[in-house]
Amino acid sequence: MFHQVKQAFRSPKFLVGFIIFTSLLAAAIIYPALSMWHPLQIITRPGFAPPGRYVNIQDVIQVRPLDRRMILVDVDANRLGNVVADEDVYNMIYFLETFLGVPVGHLSVDDQATVIYYWNNYYDPTYRHAGMIMAEHLAWTRFHAQLQVALDGTIIIAYRDEEGYLQEGAGFDTQDFVHIRDIVNVYHFPLGTDNFGRDMLTQMLSAMLVSLRMGLIAGLVATSIGLTLGLVSGYLGGFVDDAILFITNIFTVIPGFILLILITYSLGPAGRGVTVVSAVIGLTAWPWTCRAVRSQVLSLRNRDHVNLSKLSGHSMPRIIVKDILPYVASYVVMALILQISTAILAEAQLSMLGLGPNTAEVATLGLMMQWATMFSAWQVGAWWAFVPVILAIALMAFSLNLMNTGLDQVFNPQLRDS
Amino acid sequence: MGKVILEVKDLKTKYVTRFKESVYAVDGVSLQIEEGKSLGVAGESGCGKSTLALSLMGYYFAPLHYISGDIIIDGKNISGMKPDEVRKNVLGREVAYIPQAAMNALNPTQKVIKFVEDVVRAHDKSMSKKDIYDMAVQRFEVLGLPKEVLSKYSVELSGGMKQRTVIAISTIKSPKVLIADEPSSALDVTSQKMVIKMMRELMEKGYIKAMIFITHELPLLYNVTDDIMVMYAGQIIERGTAHEMVFDPVHPYSKGLMGSIIVPEAGTRDVKLEAIPGTPPNLKKPPPGCRFAARCKYKIPTCEHGERSPRIFDNNRMHRCIHSVEYLQERYKNEREAGSKGKVSETGAE
Amino acid sequence: MGDIIKSDKIAVDRAELEKRPSVLRGDKVTKVFGYGNSKTVAVNAVNFNFREREVISIVGESGSGKTTLAKMLLGLIGVTEGDVYFKDAKRDISSHRKKKEYWRGIQAVFQDPFSAFNIFSKIDSLLLDCINLMGGKKFSPEKKYEMMSEACSFVNLKYDELTNKYPFELSGGQMQRLMIARIFLLKPKILIADEPTSMVDACSRATILDMLMKLRDEVGMTIIFITHDIGLAYYVSDTVYIMEQGKFVEVGSAEDVIISPQAEYTRRLISDVPKIHEEWDLSTV
Repeated sequence: MFHQVKQAFRSPKFLVGFIIFTSLLAAAIIYPALSMWHPLQIITRPGFAPPGRYVNIQDVIQVRPLDRRMILVDVDANRLGNVVADEDVYNMIYFLETFLGVPVGHLSVDDQATVIYYWNNYYDPTYRHAGMIMAEHLAWTRFHAQLQVALDGTIIIAYRDEEGYLQEGAGFDTQDFVHIRDIVNVYHFPLGTDNFGRDMLTQMLSAMLVSLRMGLIAGLVATSIGLTLGLVSGYLGGFVDDAILFITNIFTVIPGFILLILITYSLGPAGRGVTVVSAVIGLTAWPWTCRAVRSQVLSLRNRDHVNLSKLSGHSMPRIIVKDILPYVASYVVMALILQISTAILAEAQLSMLGLGPNTAEVATLGLMMQWATMFSAWQVGAWWAFVPVILAIALMAFSLNLMNTGLDQVFNPQLRDS
Repeated sequence: MGKVILEVKDLKTKYVTRFKESVYAVDGVSLQIEEGKSLGVAGESGCGKSTLALSLMGYYFAPLHYISGDIIIDGKNISGMKPDEVRKNVLGREVAYIPQAAMNALNPTQKVIKFVEDVVRAHDKSMSKKDIYDMAVQRFEVLGLPKEVLSKYSVELSGGMKQRTVIAISTIKSPKVLIADEPSSALDVTSQKMVIKMMRELMEKGYIKAMIFITHELPLLYNVTDDIMVMYAGQIIERGTAHEMVFDPVHPYSKGLMGSIIVPEAGTRDVKLEAIPGTPPNLKKPPPGCRFAARCKYKIPTCEHGERSPRIFDNNRMHRCIHSVEYLQERYKNEREAGSKGKVSETGAE
Repeated sequence: MGDIIKSDKIAVDRAELEKRPSVLRGDKVTKVFGYGNSKTVAVNAVNFNFREREVISIVGESGSGKTTLAKMLLGLIGVTEGDVYFKDAKRDISSHRKKKEYWRGIQAVFQDPFSAFNIFSKIDSLLLDCINLMGGKKFSPEKKYEMMSEACSFVNLKYDELTNKYPFELSGGQMQRLMIARIFLLKPKILIADEPTSMVDACSRATILDMLMKLRDEVGMTIIFITHDIGLAYYVSDTVYIMEQGKFVEVGSAEDVIISPQAEYTRRLISDVPKIHEEWDLSTV
């Protein structure tokens, strides 16, 4: 077994496929964890924002010279309460007292306005306090950003008059500049945002992971059903074989995708979780594996090593597991890889039709495509909302198929080039 | 002595495996075949018989590589030619090659006549279909194949018929040398006999001038070829006429090989079979000295050092053992006497 | 051929052979594959009687049904019609337990050593399976080790060099010898050898035949060779059965059948085999 794995890595095709696949996987795991936002967190105002660097307008005002600074007036406690829960206020007080040197007891949960005032004056999102892990730091950064959004509309621009009173006023002219370094919230959207104002890159990478998980579940379901039926049908032969072959043939003649549409549709929106949809994809994809395994087993069961095993008094299940399964294992691994790639594509197709997983917590590549279609990304020219997603799907399927071809060449030497 | 049709001088070729290791499968083979003669090659599997057959065509493609030596067919040296040139000018016209699985080479979607056309057109584009057909009918008739075969698909023919058809097609341009590698091993005995009969006819009618026949079936070889040479680990270790080789082998390895023959003939039932223990050496790193030394029971310490050069004796026979012919024959005689007293004999050391 | 050394084979006394108890007997054994129009009769109502310590060859060309017959005798495929008697009692292999019992008495050596071993399991487990089948599951590890070493040394292999190895690490001849070591452990009443030497080199052939004969003398088993090699059949067997299209066309002692064949088919078959001492007549085809 180990030898075969080593052999696989000698095949250039497998190696290239493997490298592409692992890089995609690594990006999908690492990037969303390091990102400032949750994959589905709304950051900007609705509307497709093209890729580029973005600056929060509030921040621009904040960094103006001393005579123009923002203050808080008349914080509406109720409105704020909707955004900042009591628990968050506790956490803020704790943070201020522990890290920012505010005397203990000076702040109370009831006086949110003061807490927020202190928070805005003392908290520096760019500074990472000692003893704080990255995830915590990012969580606070996100919280701060959320707070700023919540406080939107309660900020006015003021300047100091001769008596030293603050006078309301505003006005920026074309010669007002700030240094970009002084702006706290410079957001970088490498792939722009979608129609909801969510960062495309974070969303897409996390969606890749979800799609992959769906592919894996569907692939495992399809392969295990196909493998079990194929083994049983091929080895036992006779009536069992006929029965299984009959069912397999029925599944083969009905176009799988139509079956998939019908099943997912009948499940209804409520029943379509990520796991359920992937299991359904798997349930419609097993016949090919079953047929292929069956034909392999048919030729294997007449081999002398199986006869020898029988003559050694081994039971039927043992012969299937020990004398047949290892011989088809390499083939099954290839079939599994292929099933994963087809399942990823099937999910994308289903979701495009609006029959994909019904979920608000995670995105899948298919859902992203559907959203792009729904909000006319194509018509408004927001290419960043679908081209990267298409490429991601294609690249994933490509790398998996490349690995499959590579393995095929390792296991079937007559297919090797040269 | 007749005209020499095929002459090979110190031919060396190798296989390069996927892991870039070299396997020296043909390591210094020299031979001569005169007009109208056939040569048999015998040996265990893995001793380089089939590689020799491929190498003799002069057509090298990965993983087989040419190292050195000359192949001279009727005065023309083909060893330095480019593969393309060999394919155009040598294959089919100078040399024809029949492997064991030749009968599976016929594309089942085309009629037999189409393959004849392909072979003829590869060398002579001007011939018309009619001429080719007439030529094929005439040749098939001489070789005892019905002309109806020409208008059939290969799947309609039996295994033996297919093999004979392939032989007839590949020799249609009357090549000078025919190299047959186990051409009848996959067939039943009756078809085998028909294939052999046809190859003999090809020789007798002069369609081919010389033949190399490779097989592990020694009784067959004895009946087909004039001379036999025994190969071991990429080298020729003995050569002589078929009768001499079967009934009076000199080299301990040939002796063991011939001692393993069983035929359904009266009296042979009580003959003690001989066995050579061990396996041929790994040709990635051939042993120094005599390659058979590790399995030989007549081994003396000097066997394992220095290259064994061929010894030529009695009527151009050749062997590659350190011992003299007389010494070996004496030893064999003594053993025979000891053996008839009821002792078990085994060639070689355990 | 070189020179002739008389072998120490004992000529069988036919009259004595006929008196030995029967180990495997067949009465109108028939095998039909397929149904209706696609029906083919592979073995057509053959009768046979194999006796204790007898060496039998069933000779036939490919497609003659000899392998099908061997598989029926082994109980690997069912018999369509007719009865098989094992040690004069009607054979009963209706359950797995009964089959296991039957297989303690009848075993096989297969043609192609490269496909006869499971390449994923180690040599040790192959030999241990035999000990288990013979009811040695509870033996101490030392006892098992001793048995396996003995079996390996019988076929000139060293168990200590084989342990923890996989079959594909051996040469073809070694694998075939290992197969015989297996038989040595099982000591069955009957051994069916399906072309045991056709895939090994001529030089290993003698070793393998020698070992099989030695084993027969030691264990007292009946050996049934299934072969297309008439030379081999003549060389090893007491009795030869010639099979053509599912039927036995000629049965008798090796000397009678091979040297003075009566049936037309046998005569043709023997004339088609290349000879050494006599002229091989090519004009008959």
